[in-house]
Amino acid sequence: VLNRRCVEAAVMTGLALNCSINKKSLFDRKHYFYADLPAGYQITQQRVPIAVNGSLSYSFCTDNKMSQMVTKTVRIKQIQLEQDSGKSLHDDTRSQTLVDLNRAGVGLMEVVMEPDMCCGEEAAAAVRELQLILQTLGSSQAVMAEGQLRVDANVSVHHPGEPYGVRTEVKNINSIRFLAKAVDYEIQRQIEELESGGTVLNETRAFDSKLGCTVPMRDKEGKQDYRFMPEPNLPPLILYDAKSLPANMDHQQVVNIDWIHERLPDLPSVKRAKLVERYGILPEHSFTLLNEDGLAEFFESVVKQTPMKPKKVIGWILNDLLSYLKQHSLTVKESPVSSFLLADLLNLLEKKEISSTAAKQVLAELWKGEGKTPLEIVKEKKLELIQDQKELEQICQAVIDGQENEVIMMVLG
Amino acid sequence: QGVAVAVLEHLEHLALVDFRDAEGVERLQKAIQFADQLHEVNTDGVEPMDSVLEDRCLYLREDDVTEGNCTNELLKNAREKVEEYFVAPPGNIPLPKLEERDTFLQSS
Repeated sequence: VLNRRCVEAAVMTGLALNCSINKKSLFDRKHYFYADLPAGYQITQQRVPIAVNGSLSYSFCTDNKMSQMVTKTVRIKQIQLEQDSGKSLHDDTRSQTLVDLNRAGVGLMEVVMEPDMCCGEEAAAAVRELQLILQTLGSSQAVMAEGQLRVDANVSVHHPGEPYGVRTEVKNINSIRFLAKAVDYEIQRQIEELESGGTVLNETRAFDSKLGCTVPMRDKEGKQDYRFMPEPNLPPLILYDAKSLPANMDHQQVVNIDWIHERLPDLPSVKRAKLVERYGILPEHSFTLLNEDGLAEFFESVVKQTPMKPKKVIGWILNDLLSYLKQHSLTVKESPVSSFLLADLLNLLEKKEISSTAAKQVLAELWKGEGKTPLEIVKEKKLELIQDQKELEQICQAVIDGQENEVIMMVLG
Repeated sequence: QGVAVAVLEHLEHLALVDFRDAEGVERLQKAIQFADQLHEVNTDGVEPMDSVLEDRCLYLREDDVTEGNCTNELLKNAREKVEEYFVAPPGNIPLPKLEERDTFLQSS
């Protein structure tokens, strides 16, 4: 029996990816034998999936310094609902496979993209954006390492102007970084194969993260014939919108596309645009803010607590706070410096009670998380800017006196 | 009509069945002939039927957990197990190649 939440998640994701939602979609059986598929078939949507023809925009930097952002689009062919199989653990030493059926039958959403991307970097950026969208929608927490988001890459090469080459499918990719590596390796491998007179086989390969290469997968040689047939136990899935809403149907049985559309949260691209507009920061900044879990909220919280211009605050967030967190492998939530403390410090700077060099010193102290306030640290280390004109004159005079020769030479010319 | 050996072998490989002997193959041929009677019906402009349920609405269930915690019961089905995993052979065991099999197809 189909879980309603799965349908809602698929519709939300379809809408977020600009797809047409099929008001009537069908289920099919895909037959093949494998130890983790006890029934011998998987229920999927091959003929008419729930959503089709969408698009996903993503951006990435052409250099590593976040200054040249390029935006591209990949077309979404379709989104389909299907069942998960069990999980296989291969034990080659004892020549056996261990099968865990806990996740068998759980609903999955498969997003199929068109081959519009041309390298590992693009694939990684697209998947990263998809991950952010899924997390924002609540469709999935999309953590690749835990199998919540799984990516299979289909790679082929061809000369410009010629038709697409034979493709291979690469599986066992467990992170976005590995996705880029796997795609680039496979592209290279195929080019070398073709240039040395060989051919690319239509096969399934596994990515070996330790060796950084792809290897053919056992059991997946040769073209599979899945003998698709309509799933006889599941009638068509019917979705409604405001116009087609039936009058007297059980509320719980109705999924209203328009109702879901109205309640879609701001997608990452919208959030970024709002950050840029509201705070005057650069687009690249908004990307970094959204890329780190909790960083955008931290930034906005600091801005609320200090009169310092957001354009100045962002520097402290992205250069000082973020680099510290990265150095110590901490998440924003684990930061020893709270938004309150940072705002407090920035206020001192804004009021010109300390210099920015001093502020950095105070921040270095704050990282220790010893519970002192910025003001306490400033007093302790005597970092206050001297405001008294006379005192300043005395100090300058003392320096000049000590450097009399240099001063005379400067005055002369 | 006869069924090509190549098709039969392909089917055997995919579905892991063994047609074994002449009687088996003949039964298959008869089954196909029986099904071919469908061609006698004029289906122009008629949508193919998926199942007798196809005019019904798909029932959607709430995302509530109603069953579970039956590990021990399920594992009783396993011939072999390791901790809480079912044990299976390392990959699909294909039917032995045509040459090795003792079936009708070999002699045809």
